[in-house]
Amino acid sequence: MALQSISNVKISGISACVPKFKESNVNSPLFQSAEDAQRFIDNTGVEERRIASEAICSSDLCFHAAEKLIAEIGWDKSEIDCLVFITQTPDYIVPATSCGLQHRLGLSEECHTFDVTLGCSAWVYGLSIIGSLLSSGWMKKGLLLVGETTSKTKSKTDKTTYPLFGDAGTATLLEYSPESPAIKMHSGTDGSKQLSIYIPDGGFRSPVTKESLEMVEVEPGLTRNRLQYIMDGAQVFTFTISKVPKSIKKLIENFEIDQDQVDYFLLHQANKMIVDKIAGKFKLPPEKVPGTLKLYGNTSCSSIPLTIVSELNKQVRNKHLRLIASGFGSGLSLASAYFELDKIVCPELFEIE
Amino acid sequence: MKDKLIEQLKEILEVEDREINLEDKFREYEEWDSLAYLSVIAMIDEEFDVVIETVDFKKLLTVDDMLQAIESRMK
Repeated sequence: MALQSISNVKISGISACVPKFKESNVNSPLFQSAEDAQRFIDNTGVEERRIASEAICSSDLCFHAAEKLIAEIGWDKSEIDCLVFITQTPDYIVPATSCGLQHRLGLSEECHTFDVTLGCSAWVYGLSIIGSLLSSGWMKKGLLLVGETTSKTKSKTDKTTYPLFGDAGTATLLEYSPESPAIKMHSGTDGSKQLSIYIPDGGFRSPVTKESLEMVEVEPGLTRNRLQYIMDGAQVFTFTISKVPKSIKKLIENFEIDQDQVDYFLLHQANKMIVDKIAGKFKLPPEKVPGTLKLYGNTSCSSIPLTIVSELNKQVRNKHLRLIASGFGSGLSLASAYFELDKIVCPELFEIE
Repeated sequence: MKDKLIEQLKEILEVEDREINLEDKFREYEEWDSLAYLSVIAMIDEEFDVVIETVDFKKLLTVDDMLQAIESRMK
């Protein structure tokens, strides 16, 4: 079982950035009627989302989130020893986007830098990765960038995905800190369902051809090409409601965490049905499960840090909090973590154009 | 069991005033769509504590098939 307890590391700051442009699902022409749109909103919880313009990439959102966070925390950029960027929407196929970000952010050439491809489990996996890098104390400070502009991957006529997802970028700073409580994790994978969220062409299994661009009517009113995202919502949903509660349970049981002592449960903001379902299995009151679906939609890997920045800003800056986070999605991949935040640096959520 | 399932399906599909029969092919209901599908998966988990894997669910045609799938997994 993939359990981890990462000692000597703490999260020192979190920030998030969203594109300024809003798109609403209320009365959206994507749906057959206003009632249909409302039914979508009621079930998914998504009223509006932020959509990145052509000029804004995931790396841009993360860059601005990082600049703001580093400025506010007051670290010297040369002290940042490692940078990990997790996204499914990189700048280029080659090279790793994180390398460009190292330069753009003005980080040291001594910075240990790489990309990881993961979806909605990314932020929790990122804690594991940077946590493990820092735990020995050889590297002291790390920057985790997690962001996505998934709107760029969707067919605008695909009402099963397009109105659900929003764009956002986040930055998280971690540092070596021997006196801090351990970050505890459970993670897992079910690759038998790897094609339940995927983009068919554009990789090397199925390279781009002229046919990749052909718009095909998948069902009445829904056209999509092979460079666009396909989601088998039912399969993802079934995976989520059966595996995510088990993952959180394993985390709680193996590390003997007292559920009542946990201040907030940060569940990946997949959609309202999923969040309610998981929260229901642990009998969590709504106030313990903050969320950002209504105004930002499913922001993929960004949803957990975005929720911290947007919904818990005052609390994380002023209090000591015990938190459980669980991310789950494409892969299918999932990871749950218990961690504590002790008066971290957390700039207000901001927009870029 | 049967009554409970039918009751729940009526609620999800918002067709309280209509008959739902075991031999109905549920995917042919006008109200059946991707959201209804998710609601049914959630309901089966909630009410019967059963998860039907998607590959199996895709094989189900009628309400009776759904009922059988739930019953066989409850045992």
